Amino acid sequence: MSWFQRIKEGITTSTNEKKETPEGLWYKCPSCKHIAPTKDHIARNYVCDQCGYHDRIGSQQYFEILFDDHQFTELDADMISLDPLEFTDTKKYSSRIKDTQKKTGFKDALRTGVGVVDGEPLVVACMDFGFIGGSMGSVVGEKIARGIDYSLKNKIPFMIISKSGGARMMEAAFSLMQMAKTSAKLTLLADAGIPYISLLTDPTTGGVTASYAMLGDVNIAEPKALIGFAGPRVVKETIGKDLPKGFQTAEFVLEHGFLDFIVDRRELKSKMAQLLRLFKN
Amino acid sequence: MNFLDFEKPVAELIDQIEKQKLIGEKSKVDVSVAVRQLEIRLEETRRNLYSKLTPWQKVQLSRHPDRPYSLAYIQAITDSNFVELFGDRTVKDDKAIVGGLGSIDGQTVMFIGQQKGTTTKQRQYRNFGMANPEGYRKALRLMKLAEKFGKPVVTLIDTPGAYPGLEAEERGQGEAIARNLFEMARLKVPVVCIIIGEGASGGALGIGIGDRVFMLENTWYSVISPESCSSILWRSWDFKEKAAEVLKLTADDMLKNRLIDGIIKEPVGGAHSRPEEMFKRVKAEITKSLQELGALSTQTLVNQRIEKFCSMGVVGQSN
Ligand SMILES: [Zn+2]
Repeated sequence: MSWFQRIKEGITTSTNEKKETPEGLWYKCPSCKHIAPTKDHIARNYVCDQCGYHDRIGSQQYFEILFDDHQFTELDADMISLDPLEFTDTKKYSSRIKDTQKKTGFKDALRTGVGVVDGEPLVVACMDFGFIGGSMGSVVGEKIARGIDYSLKNKIPFMIISKSGGARMMEAAFSLMQMAKTSAKLTLLADAGIPYISLLTDPTTGGVTASYAMLGDVNIAEPKALIGFAGPRVVKETIGKDLPKGFQTAEFVLEHGFLDFIVDRRELKSKMAQLLRLFKN
Repeated sequence: MNFLDFEKPVAELIDQIEKQKLIGEKSKVDVSVAVRQLEIRLEETRRNLYSKLTPWQKVQLSRHPDRPYSLAYIQAITDSNFVELFGDRTVKDDKAIVGGLGSIDGQTVMFIGQQKGTTTKQRQYRNFGMANPEGYRKALRLMKLAEKFGKPVVTLIDTPGAYPGLEAEERGQGEAIARNLFEMARLKVPVVCIIIGEGASGGALGIGIGDRVFMLENTWYSVISPESCSSILWRSWDFKEKAAEVLKLTADDMLKNRLIDGIIKEPVGGAHSRPEEMFKRVKAEITKSLQELGALSTQTLVNQRIEKFCSMGVVGQSN
């Protein structure tokens, strides 16, 4: 296990810092234990070629997967969280932000990139789970709002890639109101007839599910992603018995009618390009 | 009467007054002076106690078992000129959310609210005010009905949260709430929302997107309950008082942070101490708001509502 952990760390740093991966690193699938060269794993968009397990990846990787030539412009790259409530639990929120920024290299839990997908322009707001569990605070809400403004102004389709545990408790009601803010802002896209595509990845829960993640003109998800409003632990406590197999997986949510389809990450880019063209023509 | 732990001095005085009166009846001794003195002390004690409530005490008051619930407000405000409407037209009728058409001094309004029960049986019947997806879809159906006939919408919020059950997940609790946020944001009629008790998270927000959002004085509104916040951030249930403080969930804090539009004062002792007075104040605020909002064009109304929610949040710029 420690060997695997080391390798994982190696991957994370290498993809964060630069595009090329050092030679000699191997990737071991946590699901089926299959071992493959890391560069092959990356070339497969971080999907295991044996069992199809989708590794959790971040905004940088999604932008590189989606945008032509890995080229994109980041919007509002310098936006950061303040601490409007001067929130302290076991640690000051302001220190938590600074420490997390240092540790992850991210400014907050969402980045917005503008680029082209197989020739089709697209604004993508992508969450980073590594930043306080991908929690939705004021920055996430404001970046989405400004991303939508950019889409409106330039008449470019909009996409959000969700990966979040939900609201950011340290911003309390400010965090709650980001659900209202993003949903209200999405009505403007709808009125302008600009498509909004929501991609739900592992995990998408809480206030994110109960706002923008479920509001796509097209809602899509990655295989086996955990998707729900209440977390599985809470549901289990509520009903007082074990959850059925496959509960709250993307496949379960698709079956119940809340997703349009599930997309293998290796086909994400081509599917997106196809969709964008179908909306356009 | 039910009393909370911090209301003990009040309970004791009421008890003493009752005893004095009983003595007076039995012994035919004039106790009126003693009773009056006790009553004065009761008023003072109440005023004192309720003027400096801690956030946690307000949370407790918001859940007071004697507190009036949505239907009581609706019946009083409409003088019982109210027709309750049921069902989401898809799955079922959710008892945790009530709604219907009612009249406020001749103006027809669509009322929607979470409903809690007053007895153990009623509480279960109402699922403790925790709606399933069909509750939110029932609410949306009623809002759309109101929109169709140009009637304003008034929502009364009082919930410990959306129900976190298995079937709720199957039927898309997240989607149901999300849809309401989206549709309420662009509803073409005035929307007034009032938190009359508990305003817990997405479950409250799901009927909470309004042109005017008010909180009663002793209510709370936040992203999570103090108990759950305590268990998640401190990994213990013992920090609920602390959590209630740091969440800044009181009406005063919410107004200060401009996340609500106003506070409706409660009678001394809380809404349940003089419900009729509380109903009167809520009705007055609704009437005033609907008058103001009725003067706006549909486009202005919707634009202002969207603008208001889009301005919520605090962000900075790194160097
Ligand atoms: Zn595998």
